[in-house]
Amino acid sequence: MGIRERLSGNEAIAVAMKQINPDVMGAFPITPSTEIPQYFSTYVDNGEVDTEFIAVESEHSAMSTCIGAEAAGARAISATSSCGLCYMTEMLYVAASDRLPITLAVSCRALSGPININNDHSDAMGVRDAGWLMLFAETNQEAYDNYLQAMRIGEAVGLPIMICQDGFITSHAIENIELVEDEKVKAFVGEYKPEHALLGRQNSMAVGAYATPVYYMEAKRAQAQAMMDAKDVIRKVGAEFAAMTGRKYDLVEYYRMEDAEEAIVIIGSSAGTAKAAVNELRAAGKKVGLIKVRSFRPFPTEEIVAGLKNVKAFAVMDKDDSFNGHCGPMFAEVAASLYAAGVSAPKGISYIYGLGGRDVRVESIQRVFTELADIAATGETGETYRYLDVRE
Amino acid sequence: MKDMVEIRWHGRGGQGAKTASLLLADAAFNTGKYVQGFPEYGPERMGAPITAYNRISSERSTVHSNIYEPDYVVVVDETLLSAVDVTAGLKETGAIVINSGKSPAALRPLLKGYAGKVCTIDAGKISEEELGKNFPNTPMLAAIVKVSGVVDVEKFIGDMEASFHHKFASKPQVIEGNMKALKRSMEEVQAG
Repeated sequence: MGIRERLSGNEAIAVAMKQINPDVMGAFPITPSTEIPQYFSTYVDNGEVDTEFIAVESEHSAMSTCIGAEAAGARAISATSSCGLCYMTEMLYVAASDRLPITLAVSCRALSGPININNDHSDAMGVRDAGWLMLFAETNQEAYDNYLQAMRIGEAVGLPIMICQDGFITSHAIENIELVEDEKVKAFVGEYKPEHALLGRQNSMAVGAYATPVYYMEAKRAQAQAMMDAKDVIRKVGAEFAAMTGRKYDLVEYYRMEDAEEAIVIIGSSAGTAKAAVNELRAAGKKVGLIKVRSFRPFPTEEIVAGLKNVKAFAVMDKDDSFNGHCGPMFAEVAASLYAAGVSAPKGISYIYGLGGRDVRVESIQRVFTELADIAATGETGETYRYLDVRE
Repeated sequence: MKDMVEIRWHGRGGQGAKTASLLLADAAFNTGKYVQGFPEYGPERMGAPITAYNRISSERSTVHSNIYEPDYVVVVDETLLSAVDVTAGLKETGAIVINSGKSPAALRPLLKGYAGKVCTIDAGKISEEELGKNFPNTPMLAAIVKVSGVVDVEKFIGDMEASFHHKFASKPQVIEGNMKALKRSMEEVQAG
């Protein structure tokens, strides 16, 4: 049995960090993730961890600090949000291509402008092609559980990993949580023993080398392979975590999809709100379900195809926009997955929702399902690029 | 969910409405419930109207939206009655609890025809008399516990005392003042 607690999502991440006791944290504060290094710094101060806490002058430096530490052979962590993540972007690519399994907690927040501190996924989605593994959480519990699994996953494939949750909606909301005992966390996460490291006594190596055209592409191909290999690792670590806690984790979660004719694909805290909408519609006899994407990188193409191939209509919910003039980023991934698998029968639409903290209600999701029922009944998709709950 | 209780708090930045909602979540958690306690963040400045929320139930709620049809509303600052539509969506089977020296009958005309129970408590006065300062959130917390019955009153008083002993270990005089404020609020809250 775990420990019954009530914590905000930010506190839950800080507790996970404390239980893991990593070697180095490079940190610069930004709303709404500020509390993470704030709580963690108190654990450093009172001696509950022996992490080297390095307060830097920017997010670019925070990630640079992590890169230096992880390259040296240490376990390094950071936390950020919004424009802080943007400012890290240059170094995110360096971390991923140097194959450094850094763990970064992201409390997702909108990007300017207009200036806004509230939740959407523009920050995380903006760096989706940087080569990082990306797991998203619906609840404070999932943020905590994902964090406990992060290092096992990242270190197994040699890629850095982002543990994303929704700013304010889960980061600042107190909810029940079941914590894992300290000694179990230590045993589960284990020690970090890189095969090669900058400061390795036996197998030291250079990091950050220049690659001529003769080598560059092979390095990128190896990165792509690591991302593909990560799918199995995420499943295996999830299964091991389930054996320890009873809480199951996979690349996606299917919710009432068994005979669903209309479905939505969604990420983050609004998946919980959507579950309530699905339950109400199911109670009224509607065959509806949802697929919650936990792992956005690697993208769970097989799971998406398996889940959607038999539905009549689906909507992909993006809490951000690609501004490509036709769809959100996850819609593009879902549509590509279906097309590549030769699945073309289900009618799909892209919904942009919840930008800048626009509240997402049970009724909001029900409106999406009403549209899907109409599409399923008529076979007419209509406009495929839609905004939810917006004044026009 | 049958036993779900939803509460909306209205206050002004700096008055502790958010803290009070988190304390209520704590109190309900201590009785074995599933809880949510969360603020709605707008521009962060002292004195700006703020809203905070609680969901309390025996099963976990997966909903992560604000609350539009609360069972109870708590108004920490009486001046908000003319600035914010505090009874919007408030169920008539529930109640509104207002920090005010006035009677429920005197405030009802300001509540846009709300027909449910109206409760008042002079949390500012209690706080000043027992704590020497205007910290209305402790008495408001006690009043909503009493009015809603969402937490067992005896258990609540015991938990709060333990929590004050922990929080104010170096200032025992503050513990007594807080406990008096809590109990007085439960006795003095008026319903009409």
